[in-house]
Amino acid sequence: MTGPKKRHSLTTRIWHWVNALCLVILFMSGLNISNAHPRLYWGEWGFAPEQAWLILPRFPGWATIPDYYSLAAARDWHVLFALVFAFGLLAFMLVSLWNRHFWRDLVTSPREWRLANIAADVRAHLRLNFEHRGAKFNFLQKVAYGVVIFILLPLMIFTGIVMSPGGEALLPFLTEVFGGRQSARSIHFISAFALFGFFIVHVLLVLLAGPIGQMRDMIGGGRFDEKA
Amino acid sequence: MRRRNLLVAMAAAFTAGCTKIGKTEWFDALVDGAESWHRGLHRIGGARIHLAPEYARSNISPFFRGNGSQSVDSDAYRAAEAEGFANWTLAVGGLVANPTVLTLAAIRALPQRTQITRHDCVEGWSAIGEWTGPQLSAILEQAQVLPEARYVVFRCADTLGGSVYYESCDLDDAFHAQTIVAHQLNGDPLPVINGAPLRLRLERQLGYKHAKYLTGIDLVASLDGIEGGEGGYWEDRGYQWYAGI
Repeated sequence: MTGPKKRHSLTTRIWHWVNALCLVILFMSGLNISNAHPRLYWGEWGFAPEQAWLILPRFPGWATIPDYYSLAAARDWHVLFALVFAFGLLAFMLVSLWNRHFWRDLVTSPREWRLANIAADVRAHLRLNFEHRGAKFNFLQKVAYGVVIFILLPLMIFTGIVMSPGGEALLPFLTEVFGGRQSARSIHFISAFALFGFFIVHVLLVLLAGPIGQMRDMIGGGRFDEKA
Repeated sequence: MRRRNLLVAMAAAFTAGCTKIGKTEWFDALVDGAESWHRGLHRIGGARIHLAPEYARSNISPFFRGNGSQSVDSDAYRAAEAEGFANWTLAVGGLVANPTVLTLAAIRALPQRTQITRHDCVEGWSAIGEWTGPQLSAILEQAQVLPEARYVVFRCADTLGGSVYYESCDLDDAFHAQTIVAHQLNGDPLPVINGAPLRLRLERQLGYKHAKYLTGIDLVASLDGIEGGEGGYWEDRGYQWYAGI
């Protein structure tokens, strides 16, 4: 490695943008797939409205890939980008363990979990004050990124494997972990919308925190802050 | 409201671009590659060893939904149904040393396998049922598959939208322990909506691979030139041939 140290390492930046593209494509093609059978069930099986715990609305063409209803074409997008997404996350995790990114930037200390600190962080966010007081990320950021990287993104992959009959035959215990294939499908859907919620809040906060500087740092790397 | 319109416009522009890309040849090639990758990953450790989950009787769903063809619209089928399919036959041919025509009685006389499995439709729903029939491998061993055969093509009596239904799989799936030619569902003869009198069970793949109203099995070296050439009714209409994803 030559040149000055960056705020965001090259691997983090590459993964961030590849992952962002994957999530948008997977979400929008997923909405098209949802239109094929817009009902969610718990357990192993379910096919009729009276067994469903949720009847979904029909997602409009502007929100789906492709922009008209096609289960076949939507599945093409979904299975292609599922691979990019899953292996991208795996690579990012391995590199981030190797370069200690998780350890340095995402691990929280017991002190940060004190109510007073959490309240102060929430108040600072409400005042739109995004100072980090020495660390690269503040407490709420660490928790949000931690939940996304270690819970929601892996959940998408593992529930996706349960839903594919060939993947399930390879890793049959996963079905039991999620309480059945239809439960896994429901969790896949719920996690997808949790990620969509994260995406909206994340973009909103970037806009509030100064979009030009934030985008410049996430593309070019930014300046390394000694304190962080 | 303006901001919402901006978001809608951005999403619409993005998916319009994706829709264009989705119609290119290079995108098709990428998707074919992804399909092979998924198949390769699913078969880590061996293509014929991993089993689909099997369930207890108590897990069976109260009704087994029929999808796609619900019956066969022909006088011959109605006549066969009227006589309890007593004279239904399954022709085994193509690249085999010993082409045969099996009667329903002959199929029932083979060693039987009963399995309670979950059926997953490409649309997203699932149902659990108990299937009984001989393993396809037993039928293929009788017919003696020639070395140049690479795929098994399943011929069906039904048509959808005026085209014949058909399906195909590779030899790894054909010789898989759970691949059976079922003639019973939940202990009774197969109902018409579920493919009476014979349907394929290809448990590690999605529902459209489980061809119903079976009339014939052909061993072939290539899927080119058979109907649309993509290896199945839905495959000819853009769906993946490897439907284990």
